[in-house]
Amino acid sequence: MNISRRHFLGVAGGMISSAAAGNCKKVFAARQPKAPPNPYGCVVDLTACVGCRTCEQACNRVNHLPPPKERLDDRTVLDQKRRPSTGAFTVINSYYSGRLDEQNQLVPTYVKVQCMHCQDPACASACITGALSKKDNGAVHYDKSKCVGCRYCLVACPFQIPAYEYFDPLTPRVRKCTFCYERISMGGKPGCAAACPMEAITFGNRQILLEGTRRKITANPVRYLNKIYGESEVGGTSWMYISKDPFEKLGFLSLPHYPMPHLTETIQHSIFAYMWAPITLFAILTGAMWKINPEQINHAPGFQAQEDHI
Amino acid sequence: MSSHAHPKPAPLEIRFWTPGVLVLFAVMLIGVCFIIARYIGGLAVVTNLDNQHPWGLWIGIDVATGVALAAGGFTTAAIAHVFGRHQYEAVTRPALLTATLGYTFVAIGLAIDVGRSWAMPKPLLFWQGNSVLFEVAMCVVVYLHVLYIEFITIAVERFRGRVNLPGPFSILNDRIERLLALADSILGKTMWVFIIAGVVLSCMHQSGLGSLMLIAPTKLHPLWYTPILPLLFLTSAIAAGYPMVVFETTVATASFKRVDEMEVLAPLTGVTKYLLGIYITLKIGDMIFRETYVYLFDGSIESRSFIVEMLAMIVPWFMLMSPRLRAKRHTLFVACTTVVLGIALNRCNVFLIGFNPPYAVKSYFPSISEIAITASLLCSITFFYRLAVTYLPVLSAPSLASIEKESS
Ligand code: SF4
Ligand code: SF4
Ligand code: SF4
Repeated sequence: MNISRRHFLGVAGGMISSAAAGNCKKVFAARQPKAPPNPYGCVVDLTACVGCRTCEQACNRVNHLPPPKERLDDRTVLDQKRRPSTGAFTVINSYYSGRLDEQNQLVPTYVKVQCMHCQDPACASACITGALSKKDNGAVHYDKSKCVGCRYCLVACPFQIPAYEYFDPLTPRVRKCTFCYERISMGGKPGCAAACPMEAITFGNRQILLEGTRRKITANPVRYLNKIYGESEVGGTSWMYISKDPFEKLGFLSLPHYPMPHLTETIQHSIFAYMWAPITLFAILTGAMWKINPEQINHAPGFQAQEDHI
Repeated sequence: MSSHAHPKPAPLEIRFWTPGVLVLFAVMLIGVCFIIARYIGGLAVVTNLDNQHPWGLWIGIDVATGVALAAGGFTTAAIAHVFGRHQYEAVTRPALLTATLGYTFVAIGLAIDVGRSWAMPKPLLFWQGNSVLFEVAMCVVVYLHVLYIEFITIAVERFRGRVNLPGPFSILNDRIERLLALADSILGKTMWVFIIAGVVLSCMHQSGLGSLMLIAPTKLHPLWYTPILPLLFLTSAIAAGYPMVVFETTVATASFKRVDEMEVLAPLTGVTKYLLGIYITLKIGDMIFRETYVYLFDGSIESRSFIVEMLAMIVPWFMLMSPRLRAKRHTLFVACTTVVLGIALNRCNVFLIGFNPPYAVKSYFPSISEIAITASLLCSITFFYRLAVTYLPVLSAPSLASIEKESS
């Protein structure tokens, strides 16, 4: 038994040191951001939006949702600070930044809210089954056939976007803007972007869009703040915004500029690369049991062992 | 009887139905009504959950606290079976029973909470290694099986050599006996693997539960959001293991009129003062390092809840430091119960009170039906605990009556 014990400890030691040396770099390397190389994107020009909510209507139509509850000519809903819901994947809210027009009236700014289609999304990293995933074309896509309804995606999303069908007892879905996945896969535009009468939503290749938007800002320094919201927030998002007013005054969150899954995935992959941590712990405990309490391994169940012992 | 030779565990053979058990049963039934309502009307009719607060009381208490307090199972297995402190064997079985029941009801609670209960096995098909929740779920599933395997030994011990099915089933008696004998010998030889696997799996998912909220740095209050949250969850679960054993053993021995097992419990909590000390040090060190003490006295709900949580750890820690207080049944019970409640509050703080969704228009408070279902699950655990100790060899404390007879 002595020999086998030594042999065993040797194996365990070997395992530990190989895990430590050979894979150290891989095991402890911080997570690299992941994002599709060439996704689509949208830029919303908040200086162009007039709050007509045509995009809301179009979104509901292309996603086969019932038409918006609030009538389009009811301008009071704009002040309600609505959030996207199971019945509306995008909503328009108005904000007053304090800017005045020539008649000394407060100028509203209209902000379209929908899923940002993060480049490295928290929701997809969190999702227990991969029901949410970032597609190469930029869309963060939801596959209801994989979803178990744990709602961890709702917990994870920093923009507080996904909505849940709490009223459905057995087959509730997570609902959010789809980036019109089918339409853009076939070369079309998102429903909202196509419908906007003010052309406030520009759709295109994210990289090209970014370059064009930067030129636009440089050419119109009075009209635009020098900032593209979503260029680097949470590691970049496919939907981005430009504005005249500071974003903090328009309901936008100040978010970190690294991808949200950074810490959790670094921890997960450091501990579970090649299962080195669980295997090491198992080996250490087995060694301890072998040394301190060998009766247990030589199949003496607990209570007999106890009687022999005392 | 000598104070050393601890008697073997045996079924209690008491009357099962008492007025107290009837009350338990009634609370269970009320919960079942609400569970039926949940499956008719959806989560919306029974819960106060919304898109801002996707996780509520069931995740905070039934799942997170349930898992933390079931840590008595693996911590006693570690001390008695791995580290060979056989004097603690007496509490391993009740702790194993609590853990098995605890995890079973964690699974049931989760099944009620997830929207598509029937889709619960899907993570087994669609692996998502980036997801902390996936890791936790996998560990819990495997650990639940390990617990049942460990628990089988108790059933085998109870029925081996005693299988006596009536009438036409009696031809099966022989086969079942042989099956039990086979199970006994296989389990006897391999039990050490399951015991160690149980400890490893527990360490993995206890810490994993702490990683869950790390995906939401902008939502969890800085008093709790720390990169070492998984370590804090692990150390606090380990520290809570023995106090939970003290809590349940004291309640059980008192209600079944058994000897109070103080000669096992008092030394067991001697370890707790170190474990609790490690946790408190980590927690305060983390607070100083991240300079989050600035939030400590800002009068918010979060700061108050944090202070209460810390006091519920520090006060019993001082109590456990004193051998005199530890040796007294009442003070030991008070100290251990405080730790148990402190852990429960910590889990609720991380998952509910410290969770601040940026656009929330109202805060979350559990609905009556959520509370009723949680109460029903807790009562179910107590009910099945009583059922198990009545008919299976779990508890080993001699009854007070038998002691009196002996001494007279
Ligand atoms: S905004 Fe939220 S839901 Fe949309 S991709 Fe980002 S994390 Fe996911
Ligand atoms: S609710 Fe569905 S989509 Fe969201 S994390 Fe859970 S399984 Fe994934
Ligand atoms: S991209 Fe499609 S789903 Fe998203 S807001 Fe626009 S129309 Fe709606």
